[in-house]
Amino acid sequence: MVSAQLTGAEMVLQAFEDHKVDTLFGYPGGAVLPIYDELAKGKNSIHHYLVRHEQGAAHAAEGYARSSGKVGVLLVTSGPGVTNAVTGLADAMMDSIPLVCISGQVPSHLIGTDAFQECDAVGITRPCTKHNWLVKDINDLSRILHEAFYVAASGRPGPVLIDIPKDIQFQTGTYIGPETIKHKSYRPKLKASIDNINEALKLIVKAQKPIFYTGGGVINSGNAAVQLLREFVRLTGFPITSTLQGLGAFPGDDDQFIGMLGMHGTYEANMAMHDCDLLINVGARFDDRITGKVDEFSPNSKKIHIDIDPSSINKTIDVDVALVGDVAHVLEDTIKLWKSNVYKTDKPAVKSWWSMIDKWKEKDSLGFNDSKTTIKPQFAIQRLYELTKEKDTYVTTEVGQHQMWAAQFYKFNKPNRWITSGGLGTMGFGLPAAIGAQVAHRDKLVIDIAGEASILMCIQEMSTAIQHKLPVKIFIINNQYMGMVRQWQELLHDKRYSHSYTDALPDFVKLAEAYGAKGIRVQKPSELDKGIQEMIDYDGPVIFDCVVDENENVYPMIPSGKAHNEMLLGDENEDSEISDEGKVLV
Amino acid sequence: MESKHTVSVLVDNEPGVLARVIGLISGRGYNIESLTVAEVDAEAHISRITFVTLGNETTINKMISQLQKLVPVKKAINITLDKQGIEREMALVKVVATGEKRVESLRLSDAFRAKVIDTTHDSFVFELNGSPVKIDAFIDLMTPLGLSEISRTGVVAIARGSEKL
Repeated sequence: MVSAQLTGAEMVLQAFEDHKVDTLFGYPGGAVLPIYDELAKGKNSIHHYLVRHEQGAAHAAEGYARSSGKVGVLLVTSGPGVTNAVTGLADAMMDSIPLVCISGQVPSHLIGTDAFQECDAVGITRPCTKHNWLVKDINDLSRILHEAFYVAASGRPGPVLIDIPKDIQFQTGTYIGPETIKHKSYRPKLKASIDNINEALKLIVKAQKPIFYTGGGVINSGNAAVQLLREFVRLTGFPITSTLQGLGAFPGDDDQFIGMLGMHGTYEANMAMHDCDLLINVGARFDDRITGKVDEFSPNSKKIHIDIDPSSINKTIDVDVALVGDVAHVLEDTIKLWKSNVYKTDKPAVKSWWSMIDKWKEKDSLGFNDSKTTIKPQFAIQRLYELTKEKDTYVTTEVGQHQMWAAQFYKFNKPNRWITSGGLGTMGFGLPAAIGAQVAHRDKLVIDIAGEASILMCIQEMSTAIQHKLPVKIFIINNQYMGMVRQWQELLHDKRYSHSYTDALPDFVKLAEAYGAKGIRVQKPSELDKGIQEMIDYDGPVIFDCVVDENENVYPMIPSGKAHNEMLLGDENEDSEISDEGKVLV
Repeated sequence: MESKHTVSVLVDNEPGVLARVIGLISGRGYNIESLTVAEVDAEAHISRITFVTLGNETTINKMISQLQKLVPVKKAINITLDKQGIEREMALVKVVATGEKRVESLRLSDAFRAKVIDTTHDSFVFELNGSPVKIDAFIDLMTPLGLSEISRTGVVAIARGSEKL
């Protein structure tokens, strides 16, 4: 279809069809009724998933997008509908997840009058979307819809919002198909300059202590990028570490992979980052969880940075060679040049670098004192991993200690299997994200590794899982504390545990049953495997209440304001002083 | 070293674009000292936003790359650094005075090539064009002579030479 006369509401659904959207997360309300009415007419093949709170819609769309590589789409009403979605939009903005959010708005003539359920949706979402639009003319709508999908998915992906007044949804206008629409100015650069790649290759050839530091950009770039990364890392034989968002781009159980880096990264990864002479950043952004103290970050290395977002270059860490472009495009050219020039790495130097790394590995920084009587949270995740690794499992998380243990102890061998809120750190993310991932992968095992505090932030989405027959498994690491808050209070505030203990927790088994799901509680290490197996085998949503040791902390840890080589490895060296400067950091 | 920088931004003239640019600047913790904006290409709907901000070269560069990330931003440059740009501003200055002070204000305005665009028996409104520094100097001189009100446009800037932004 090149053009047709459609109503605004029809245009929205036509655009979904043109952009191959078959899944929608949403919640109806006054200002989006015309669009919901179109859905009810059933002229399209869109599956709408009714959430229980618009934050859930946004996180579900994120889980869907992150696990499938497609754009996630949500539909919310005006006023509270859109303000509820803001957390999810901000989350997607921080973690570069492509979302299209359609929000209803009060009719055009009421905008600005403080009408019922009116809010300045584009104003509120401006800083937490990549771009947004308020539709003022029906004849702009089709162009805006097509631009929205283009902007969300291209360049550094991100959330966009289209605010559509109710009168526009009713009006009839000309719909123009996506094939004739081209954004007038937005053209992200995909290929890096060959000169710069050559310069990077010169550094790689000379490197004696190199390391790959990879991030979510590899996953966002897609499967081609993942394959090219694996090829290049194997060609060079260099060690590779990953950020939280990048896990799965390189196989987690591969010998060249030295674990996650950063605040709760492995000893070997952080020491290698500190001591390396060449750091190759592929699709990561030198986030503060990664760098620790910026002026002591990887002090003796040359730095190469591959990023599609030019504003990431030199934002917090100055680099020597910037390769601005899409990871897949840049790596493709890099490998081509590597092969055509028959480049070789400095093998003896890299070999002795590896023996240094192997020494650090001997510290066994993820080691923990296991117990026969209480379940250690690390042990719980180890068992969960062992019992699910043969399946193609998708894991989401909430935010806190359990999230870090999941990142440390669950090994991902494929991209898109790990879905977690990294940048914004949104408690409540995991359950709706799991719902989104399950929608995208109906027949796969999807587990939300949760904490008992986080899960309560979006627990209402249990109802969504039941209604849409989505058999998500919620594995709660229950230590009765907001564990990460408690850990910081222990380290920074003389163990004054101000309001980080959750009194009056619900009985999670009964809670599961109240929603119509299955509840399982396990308190003894000896019963853990059986419980996990029961969870996996159950055909439907499960809340698994895994009661764990209350006092475990996440180690290793780079305390705030410290450098990579000043890690805490366990409770015994807790006396390490944290400076006032460090205390103000988060 | 922190100093004043004048940044010019070419943007698609679409609803909300100014809020987007300004919101990004304030949201990332920078301050704006002056701001001008107007459409400069009616056919292509392109506007030029010029603002003056305080910072060192590195922070301004970061600000510019953040600006370039915005979807409707076509170009952003630091006129002060990149091009040795020309900066101009206009001010309307009201001076309320009689007698010797009134005569003196008129004499000085002549030296600054300011125009008198409104007059009563006890007041003048001067129109003055020039660099921000010149306008500052004029205001300083008028202060003891009965300065009553100032309105300034903020800086507009353009690069010297034949090159186009």
